[in-house]
Amino acid sequence: MTPLTGTLALTRFILRRDRVRILVWIASVVVLAALTVLGIKGLFPTQAALDQTAAATQHNSAAIAFNGPAQGLNSVGGQVAFQFGSGGMVLVALMSLFMVGRLTRGEEEAGRLELVRSLPVGTQANTLAAVLTVAAMNIAVGALITTFLVVQGLPAAGSVAFGLSFTLVGLFFAGVALMLAQVTENTRVVYGVSGAVLGAAFVLRAVGDIGDGTASWFSPIGVAQKTRPFAGERWWPFLLLVAVTLLLVAAAAALAARRDLGAGLVASRPGRPSAAPGLGHPLGLAVRLQRASLLGWGAGVLVAGIAYGWIGPTVDAFIGQNKALADVLAGAGGGSLTDSYFAASFRIMALLATGFALQSALRVRTEETSMRAESVLATPVSRWGFAASHLTVAFAGSVILLAVAGLATGLTYGFAGGSMQSVPRLVGSALVYAPPMWLMVGVAIALVGLLPRWAGVSWAILAACVVVGFLGAILHIPGWVQDLSPFQRVPQLPAASLTLLPLVVISTVAAGFTLAGLGGLRRRDIGRI
Amino acid sequence: MGRVPPAISISGLVKNFGSTRALDGLDLSVETGEVHGFLGPNGSGKTTTIRVLLGLLRADAGEVALLGGDPWRDAVDLHRRLAYVPGEISLWPNLTGGEVIDLFGRLRGDLDRRRRDALLERFQLDPTKKTRSYSKGNRQKVGLVAALASDAELLLLDEPTSGLDPLMEAVFQDCIREVKTEGRTVLLSSHILAEVEALCDGLSIIRLGRVVEKGTLDDLRHLTRTSITAQVESQADGLADLAGVHDLEIDRTHVRFEVDTDHLDAAVRRLAALGVRSLVSHPPTLEELFLRHYGDELAREPERVDVQGGATPLPR
Repeated sequence: MTPLTGTLALTRFILRRDRVRILVWIASVVVLAALTVLGIKGLFPTQAALDQTAAATQHNSAAIAFNGPAQGLNSVGGQVAFQFGSGGMVLVALMSLFMVGRLTRGEEEAGRLELVRSLPVGTQANTLAAVLTVAAMNIAVGALITTFLVVQGLPAAGSVAFGLSFTLVGLFFAGVALMLAQVTENTRVVYGVSGAVLGAAFVLRAVGDIGDGTASWFSPIGVAQKTRPFAGERWWPFLLLVAVTLLLVAAAAALAARRDLGAGLVASRPGRPSAAPGLGHPLGLAVRLQRASLLGWGAGVLVAGIAYGWIGPTVDAFIGQNKALADVLAGAGGGSLTDSYFAASFRIMALLATGFALQSALRVRTEETSMRAESVLATPVSRWGFAASHLTVAFAGSVILLAVAGLATGLTYGFAGGSMQSVPRLVGSALVYAPPMWLMVGVAIALVGLLPRWAGVSWAILAACVVVGFLGAILHIPGWVQDLSPFQRVPQLPAASLTLLPLVVISTVAAGFTLAGLGGLRRRDIGRI
Repeated sequence: MGRVPPAISISGLVKNFGSTRALDGLDLSVETGEVHGFLGPNGSGKTTTIRVLLGLLRADAGEVALLGGDPWRDAVDLHRRLAYVPGEISLWPNLTGGEVIDLFGRLRGDLDRRRRDALLERFQLDPTKKTRSYSKGNRQKVGLVAALASDAELLLLDEPTSGLDPLMEAVFQDCIREVKTEGRTVLLSSHILAEVEALCDGLSIIRLGRVVEKGTLDDLRHLTRTSITAQVESQADGLADLAGVHDLEIDRTHVRFEVDTDHLDAAVRRLAALGVRSLVSHPPTLEELFLRHYGDELAREPERVDVQGGATPLPR
């Protein structure tokens, strides 16, 4: 028996067990890339339009900080690489680190790897099977993106370079997560630290691209963009990524061969021997359980707000010349171009923040299916109190995230050359999205209370709202379909004027759904039903 | 002075999960101050019964009274007076054991810090560890300490000692005896027969969602057989025709048989007449009691047992 005995069988097992997760990840990245291509073709139908936007973007340091170096911007391919490159690579990095963490340290922490290792299976077989699976996912993403670009008539060399960027950046972060999985005993720490590495990679790239480009060489995303897809490709930077990835995997393998099963290089620290005063009632528990998640989503909204605020002062010059883009924004209201831009930005950030709101509301269901709700409900805590505690976090968290989005956007806009006096106006404009977010929370809890098995449908509803909200105008989705999304129904501040009626109606419907859900929860059996 | 009402009184309880009948007319009565054993194999309905008592599941039919209240309608008020330990406790992985114990104590409103610390000591549980790193036995200890640290008048324990080592099992038994001397009531669901034998005053045996035997341990012993092994002076004849004698084996002067407890006296007299040189008698154990109800079931009704076992949701 070699250390790799059983690798193929385990790989097949992983593919079987995680087939849905694997396909959803691959499809999400590829579909987003495809929609970006179609969107850019729609927004810049002529070479003149491309030349215009290229000229406007060339020196827009805010856009460069978030997207990457301005190269080949006067071609569709160059625009695709610019608009989707850095964001898409962050996405494949997340895909890789979540999959690797889950398949290696996650399995080990859950004790399932112990069972597998008691079989005639080599010591490294599970690790290799995880790497093979994630490698296959990254190769699939790269190959599908390349194929789509070629089919869309973009130059072959650029399409290959762009696709390969995704594959190799994904593999790099697979290596990072694999390495960290050897160091710590805790899967969440693997996610947290490799996520921080990803954040650092993004920031180094941004700093480098605004400056002389040196810092970008220390970021895998930056290195991938140095291959200049659709802008005179050069291939050797890929070798750099391959070399570092191989080093990471080799180091992880060496560590894995030396350590005990279940152990890490860093032992876990002891925690509090007794509970803090706040952890003594249902709301305290809900806050404690969701605090880290709220902070994470808050950081995401903060970064997005800074991005949108930073670009704000340049919007008039940047978008003014592009009729297609201006039309898309004009759909967001009637005011100035900058106001329309902020209205669209807040809608996007509100949709993002609704991810937290749903996760938070559905915590009621995950606590139930994990059987932890049973222990809480066996104490003098009513079902109403149990559910309401998590919903309070969901409702209040929605407002907090919107306030963070508004403040971050407004303050950054002020610092970047806009007016500081617009801060309160922008915060208010963000907060109008609280009612639609509450409505989504209400829908989620109504499903949990009345149709618990279908609670996950609330994510599909959010996904539909996201498609409508991000791409409705570009994809020419009919107006009445767009109006089904509550996010399209609120007044588009700051471009439009405030009308209270839609906000009152949406809030009332949200309250109705919430009460129906709580009522259902009080009447039904609790458990894995 | 009137009789104290029973802590738990269930009659004709029915609970269906879809087309599967998990509880099929279950009757159960637990007197106040009693430690009551609740015996049955996996999937027989023990956990479902306890979930009904906790008001987590709604009874489809039957009468259920818990501490004089309705477990579904009065759940919150009743839960102030009881503590519960599930068989496979599920905890929040990022909280420490100490935090979880405090949380449950405060939710119940009766956290007694001195008692909690003493119990941590007795069960040798490190409260600073995150629950994700606890072994199964240690997770179970978190639930036990949280429940035993309370002054609840009723403890609902669902296979509470699964995963505990024998030393900790002994600590658990001591704790339950103390609970009993304080006059509190315990419903102990278990399939560790020695534990039930050591602790329980009365017990109920459940099978396929019904209680098939109930009573005190002594009552139930009468229902089973004593096994006798003896050596007598002359050829051991005249035993086969005795009432209540089973599985008789005779090898000239060596004799082994089982006898219904009601007929023990007659059998011993007959042996005495033959001149007893040595005599070993085993009283019926709970094990035999249990196997009498379940040993034959596997052979007779394999399919039904399977369906029942697979369909009843149990914590994993």
